[in-house]
Amino acid sequence: MVQLTLPKNSKIVTGKTWPKPEGGTNLRQFQIYRWNPDDGQNPRVDTYFVDLDDCGPMILDALLYIKNKIDPTLTFRRSCREGICGSCAMNIDGINTLACIYGIDEVRKDVVKIYPLPHMAVVKDLVPDLNHFYAQHASIMPWLETKTPAPQKEWRQSIEDRKKLDGLYECVMCASCSTSCPSYWWNSDRYLGPAALLHAYRWIIDSRDEATGERLDDLEDPFKLYRCHTIMNCAKTCPKGLNPAKAIAKIKHMMVERQL
Amino acid sequence: MRYLTDRKRAEGHGAAHSGTGHHWYMQVSAFGLALIVPTFIVIFGRALGSGYENVIETFSHPIPAIVTGLVLLVGMQHFRRGAQVMIEDYTRKSTRKVLIMCVIVLSYGLTATGLYALGKIALGH
Repeated sequence: MVQLTLPKNSKIVTGKTWPKPEGGTNLRQFQIYRWNPDDGQNPRVDTYFVDLDDCGPMILDALLYIKNKIDPTLTFRRSCREGICGSCAMNIDGINTLACIYGIDEVRKDVVKIYPLPHMAVVKDLVPDLNHFYAQHASIMPWLETKTPAPQKEWRQSIEDRKKLDGLYECVMCASCSTSCPSYWWNSDRYLGPAALLHAYRWIIDSRDEATGERLDDLEDPFKLYRCHTIMNCAKTCPKGLNPAKAIAKIKHMMVERQL
Repeated sequence: MRYLTDRKRAEGHGAAHSGTGHHWYMQVSAFGLALIVPTFIVIFGRALGSGYENVIETFSHPIPAIVTGLVLLVGMQHFRRGAQVMIEDYTRKSTRKVLIMCVIVLSYGLTATGLYALGKIALGH
């Protein structure tokens, strides 16, 4: 059955309130989830104060400010700081998004609350364990499958067929969509989730790919594909503005098309 | 603790190669129910509170009887499949199997009971 309450050692407790930066006049309060697997303590929420006059405009800037000037033990992933690598996905003010492209001023509440992506095992602080998520992505064969011998130059594609990949190839695999999906929360062991399915559709619809039938065969399953109940959280939360639910609907449409 | 690779866990038992029939049935039956349920509500609403003889007479006519029969048949099948999905979402292992069996028994039981009552009304007079 679904587990409705957290085990005792997973309950979040109030953590430390760190001192305000000296001389700061434009302060913003941040409450950030902290958990260290090595200290045996429960997860906690620490409170920090960021001087906005001494910090960049994005949430990631504030996290770097905290790490560099207040608490060097705060752990999070980041790399490109411009929404391309997908590393800094986290739950900010209740929304799964990328810290590097989410402005501090976009949070309307006084306190900025930051948690790791929901319903994922936490490695430390804001770092979720994405191994299963990446393995699911690998399972949909995210590459061009061809049977025809490779042409002398390149695999050609018409402008119209190339346009079909728009809204799909931009996915940066940040996991914001999958971790916002209740179906993925309950059944991530079998349901592939919006991100992997969006990628699956990206290769199914590619005019150069010659494994369409095999790809559809691999997806035809009550759990892998049909756990999507069109809740649409994925489309609402995607920091890149993509629509995984639409891609999943198109896969379902293709499944029906090949049977009728 | 099992020493499985992430890929092995992600692949699981592979694809069941089913589910599309279920999906298509739910789409079609939802569309059908959207048409026949309002009709049934009108028929049932008119008969409601109008006296025993009038109710018997209403459901003795072919169209109200057929619409009611369709609501029972299609509605209960739609319920069965919808409830199965809900059970699959929230339960695991033996609990899942037992609950799905219960829903199947319940839906067929309600269909049979409803059709028996309808047949008695429609054909018995």
